Amino acid sequence: MADATHMPAVRRDPFLSPRRRRAITTVILAAICAVWVYPLVWMISASFTPNTEIFGNGGLIPRNPTVENYTRAWREANIGKYFFNTLFVTVGSVILTTIAAALMGYVLGRRSVPGKAVLMALMVFTLFIPQGFTIIPVFEFLAAIGLSQSLWGLMLATCGHSIVIFTLLFAGYFSQIPKELEEASRMDGIGPVQTFWYVMLPLAKPIVVTVVVMQTLQAWNDFLLPLVITLANPALRTLSVGVYSFRGEHFIDWGGMTAASAITIVPVVMLFLFLQRYFIDGLAGAVKG
Amino acid sequence: MSFRNTPPDDDFGGGAPPDRRICARIWAARIDYLFLVPGLLIFGAFIFWPLVASLYYSTLDWSGFDANKLFVGLQNYAALLSDPFFVAAMQRSFVFTLATVPAQMIISLVLAIILNNRLLKLSGLFRTMIFLPVVTPVAVIAIVMALMLSPFNGPINGVLKDTGVIQRAIDFLGSPDLVLSSLAGIYVWKWTGVTLIYWLAALQTVPDELYEAARIEGVKGWQTALFIILPIIAPFAFVIALISAISALNVFPLIQATTQGGPFFASEVMEVFIFRTAFAPPPGMFPQLGYASAAGVLFGLAIMALTVLQIVALRRARRKDPAHG
Repeated sequence: MADATHMPAVRRDPFLSPRRRRAITTVILAAICAVWVYPLVWMISASFTPNTEIFGNGGLIPRNPTVENYTRAWREANIGKYFFNTLFVTVGSVILTTIAAALMGYVLGRRSVPGKAVLMALMVFTLFIPQGFTIIPVFEFLAAIGLSQSLWGLMLATCGHSIVIFTLLFAGYFSQIPKELEEASRMDGIGPVQTFWYVMLPLAKPIVVTVVVMQTLQAWNDFLLPLVITLANPALRTLSVGVYSFRGEHFIDWGGMTAASAITIVPVVMLFLFLQRYFIDGLAGAVKG
Repeated sequence: MSFRNTPPDDDFGGGAPPDRRICARIWAARIDYLFLVPGLLIFGAFIFWPLVASLYYSTLDWSGFDANKLFVGLQNYAALLSDPFFVAAMQRSFVFTLATVPAQMIISLVLAIILNNRLLKLSGLFRTMIFLPVVTPVAVIAIVMALMLSPFNGPINGVLKDTGVIQRAIDFLGSPDLVLSSLAGIYVWKWTGVTLIYWLAALQTVPDELYEAARIEGVKGWQTALFIILPIIAPFAFVIALISAISALNVFPLIQATTQGGPFFASEVMEVFIFRTAFAPPPGMFPQLGYASAAGVLFGLAIMALTVLQIVALRRARRKDPAHG
């Protein structure tokens, strides 16, 4: 009987076989996606177009392609300097956040220390506090320790954004690793720090990559914090804030603006394209957990 | 997120006798505490302390520039509740959330159900394309959208005019009546990719056998989606809605970068109000850190109410689907 009922869905409608339906779906989706990314493609195109031609209907391929927008943005608008500021903040905060979150997640996920439950509860409680709530004291705190006018201060404060989520990701992962591994390494007389560094951390590699990718995007694209910290000190601007101020200062130089934008997004888009699996796993983990 | 309870056998520190006294247990776990130090410093300095300090600042009359801090009790709160800018900003934040969350959830759900089909060869590529705006910084999006939506020869106005939908160019971001809707559209475009990933993760929990059974029974595609898939992923909808709502309430970067709350405060949501009051007052006025902190506290309380809802939702989702934790 199963044989007899196997095919009717296909036979009933010969013009819309599953294969054909998939082809139609693909075409419709392709059109939607093309519209979806059009603004970004258009931006890249504009960045290679001379200012006088940007608003002509020249299509996506510039008639007189030029890299002059890039050289102008890089030198005159200081985008070069902002690029390295951003790189410093991003790399520094990624290293610090990943190590701190891995250590904390390790302890919270599989060690039993007095006070653990309280700490966990506190952390979960703060998960959804808006940045607007905390930005003023964060700024005052950096001022109090003398770092409100330095890239170091910005880098340290950037570590705070998602450390709770990252810690929970690590804790969830570490809690699933079999207990015997640590016992074995203890038998071999390996100390706790080495056990963590040489045994546990390599096991958590997928989470490490996820956290690195997510924190990189977070730090690179961060806006409110660098905006507040660099208000009085334009030399410390990151690319996000630099591009934002570019618009305020050279509001008709659309070519320079789109070139600066392209410089800003290319590194993160590259990183995302190559490591998107890890990024998506991290997000999916957030909703499943 | 559930953690296996490990028995208290922290011999890592060596030496300590198997004693149940709290001091001994703390001593035994001293290495663990050492491990916690970097994380706790970051958490304490940039998350926990600001939380406490905000409460304190909110009771001060303080410009932030000098040490002139005057304790005013709850006066800031009283003043806020009768400040039309504050009330309007709070309303706007919630209107914005109510407008964007359903749109974002429905669009991404439809896309997720289509893209979840393993036979669709290009679904990975499509997912990546939908996701691209998510990784694009808001400052860049602000510029691109200002160009796209420009009333002076902007491409979108161009298309609308060429197809005869409109006669005169629309100033999407410059008109007080339209600006919040335009921003909501940009917001949905930017963040749908994230919700899509959430839905795809939820769809992973639907067993393959169900699709197979539906196919054998001859159930049509949309019927499968409506009557078979939706009930299974429904518990996730609540969680996804709350995550989306909380992120829509945190829309500051996009709005500050695109319109700075303008024109005429028409797009000033809560965090833009806080930022303006604390760091970027209009010319001739002093920053008011205490006042802005009080606004932050009230806004934080509103979000916390949502967080409580979130926890309730999580519990409910888990009860329905005990396999997931």
